Parts: sequence; C-alpha cells; structure tokens
Amino acid sequence: MSLLEFLQTYGSLIVSGTWVTVIQFLLAVVVAILAALTAGLGKLSKNVLIRGVAITYIEIFRGTSLLVQLFWLFYVLPLFGITLDKFTAGFLSVGLNIGSYGAEIVRGSIQAVPRGQYEAAYALSMSPARRMRRIILPQALVLMLPPWGNLLIELLKGTALVALISVADLMFQTRQINASTFLSAQAFGTALIIYYILARFLITPFMRWLERVMARRLGRA
Amino acid sequence: MRFDWDWEFTFEILPRLLAATVNTLIAAGLGYAIAVVLGLVFALAQRTPVRSLTFTVREVVEFIRSTPLVLQIFFVFYVGPQFGVRLSPWTAGMIAIGLHYSAYLSEVYRGGIEAVPKGQWEACRALNMSTRDTYLRIVIPQALPPSIAGMGNYLVGIFKDTPMLSVIGVAELLHTANAIGSENYRFLEPYTLVGIIFLAISLPAAGFVRLFEARVRRKLGL
Repeated sequence: MSLLEFLQTYGSLIVSGTWVTVIQFLLAVVVAILAALTAGLGKLSKNVLIRGVAITYIEIFRGTSLLVQLFWLFYVLPLFGITLDKFTAGFLSVGLNIGSYGAEIVRGSIQAVPRGQYEAAYALSMSPARRMRRIILPQALVLMLPPWGNLLIELLKGTALVALISVADLMFQTRQINASTFLSAQAFGTALIIYYILARFLITPFMRWLERVMARRLGRA
Repeated sequence: MRFDWDWEFTFEILPRLLAATVNTLIAAGLGYAIAVVLGLVFALAQRTPVRSLTFTVREVVEFIRSTPLVLQIFFVFYVGPQFGVRLSPWTAGMIAIGLHYSAYLSEVYRGGIEAVPKGQWEACRALNMSTRDTYLRIVIPQALPPSIAGMGNYLVGIFKDTPMLSVIGVAELLHTANAIGSENYRFLEPYTLVGIIFLAISLPAAGFVRLFEARVRRKLGL
C-alpha cells in the first residue's frame, strides 16, 4: 500500500490522534509551568518547610522515570482514594515530570538576575512580593525562555507515553493501525514525521518568537 | 484492591525486581556505550568540509532529538520484520535507545569541540600535524572535560528512559513490575518499589557525576 493510499484510509484516525496529542501537550504545558514556578520559587524560600517540599518534589520527579510516574499516578493513586481518569493522569504526570526540570531552570534564572536589581528594588522600598513580580521575574523570564524551548520539546515527546495508559493520542492511534494492518513503516513513519513537524515547525518557532517579544518588552532587542 | 502495604508481598517480589534491575543497568550500559561512540561519529561528521554530509547529519540529529523515543523503539522493532529483518526486543531496543542518545551526546561533544580555542587548531596546523593527530591528541582531550557534565547527565537520563523498552517486551524493571502486578492483582508494591529503586540509583549517580566532574576539572587545573 502506498503512503498516499495509507493516508487516505487512516488519515482521519491520525488527525484525531494528533488533536489529542496537541491538547495533552497544551494542558501539560500549563501544569509544567505552574509546577515549575511554584517549586522553583519554593526552593528559594527561606522557610525550611516550603523549601523541603519543593526539593522533595523536584528530586522525586527528576530521579524516576516519567513512565513509572505515569503508571504510579494511574494505577496506584486510586488506592489512596484519588482516582484520575486516564486523560487527566496523562497530562498531569507529563506536566509534573517536566515541571520538576523546569523548576531548576526557574531557580537558576532567578538567581542569575544581578544582585543590584534586588538592592535597587529594596532601596525603593518595594515589598518582597512586588519586587519579585515587577523586577525579578520579568528579567528571569527572558533568561529562562531558551532552556524552556528545549524543555517543551521534551514535553511533547513525553506526551507520547500517555498512549500506554490508552489515551487515544497520536502514538496510540498509530499503534492501533500497526496492530491491525502491520504497515509498520507507514504508520510509525507518519507519526514520527508529525511529531517532528510539531516540534520543529510549531514549538521551536513559537519559542523563538516569544524570546524576541520578551526581549523587546524589556528594551533589549 | 485497597490500600494496605503488604510487607510479606514486598519481600517476596523484591528479589525478582532486583534481578530485573540488573537487566535495566545492562540495558542502560549497552545503550550508553553505543551512544558514546555513535555520538562522536555524528559530532565529527558535522565538522567535515563535505557540505551535503554535514547538512544531512545535522538534520538527522535534529529529527532524532525532536521525536519521542518510545515511537522510535516501536519503529525499529516493527519496521525490520516488514522488510524481512527480524530483531529481538533487546537488539531493537539497544539500537533505538543508543541512536536516540547518540543524537544528544553528539550535541554535547559539539559544544565541547567548539569550546576548544581557535589558537589550538592554528598551533596544530603550524606544527604540521595531520587532521587525525589534531583531533586525537589535541582537540578531543581538551573537548572531553567540558563535556563530562553533559555526558553524565545523559547517562542518568538513559537509565531513566530504559522503562520505555518494556513496551517491546525487554524484561527490565518496569516490565517485571507489570508482570508481577498482573499476576497478583497488586500494583501498589511493585510500582512503588520500582520508583524507589530508580531514586536509589539515580540520585547517588547524579551526585557521583558532579563529584567526578569536579575531580576532572581539578586534575586538569581548570
């Protein structure tokens, strides 16, 4: 079967799978950003308890496999009385996993903002919260955008694993097609190309654009 | 199923999980060995004067880096038989994971090679060294120390990615935990133990990588 025929027959399945992958990606991005900001700021906190929680979260999620986390959230968490449907368990575990890597980026870039900026904000008697929000975070944001670009590609790749708890994403649909037709090269090849297009021609250019916009807003372009 | 941690069950399955941990470590080690060598090939291929080769390798590396490893594992495992090449799960898994990480390692090497000062190249040329000697004796020894941190991180990374091999039936840690779970209808202990084993290996490993890097830097007087 030629690739064209293949796409005509299974195109709709692949498109619906891609759509699920995109939604999983977007929801996981939201989770990852929230988790990274919370844990990154938490790790810089003076409060031992907050710092401890943040470090524990970061080390656990960075120290184990995403796939193990995914299975744990989906199969073990219900025993603690928290039942997540597969769709939620999917983006939540991908988001939390990437968020733990993101937390280190957030922490690193906040610490990379020059000392003088803190002192100037202090001299203007800004409250710590206001200083963080108005002075430190905007500058840290510009620093952290390039590593976040790479991390978002990792996140997209991570979403492929949700197929293993049967979320009907691109990976899942491709496996189904492969199982019923044995057209492995066409099925997996098409999926590889779609992931590549999403990563290289959507996510990367978007992040570049965001970097430019943010740099301009800080008057650094 | 309800939540009650069963210690007896835990100790019953622990030996099986630890045996599988050995498989996981072997898989990570083999995959890494492939990646270390192939990564260097990718990195050096991007420095040849042949434009078409440089361009092709660059695109291949980008492609491998931006697509999911689990999909690549399926691809290698299932596409072979379509063309009459049957690969065992282990072989297919090692090819896929080795190839995936060689793309990452080539970027690490590339960064290391580019960090070698231009004067070193010029000095080699002035001493009339061959390209081979320039790389082997001057450039690569200097490119390695700054690459060690990245290489170490990917060693831990490859270890954490080995559970994906379970999808094609490589009997590593997660695969064994799945089997135990479905035999006994208990997932709490196996999955939690897998998580703990991963933490128990990857956290000290990450610490060791940092120590090793510091030591190499000190030895080289950096």
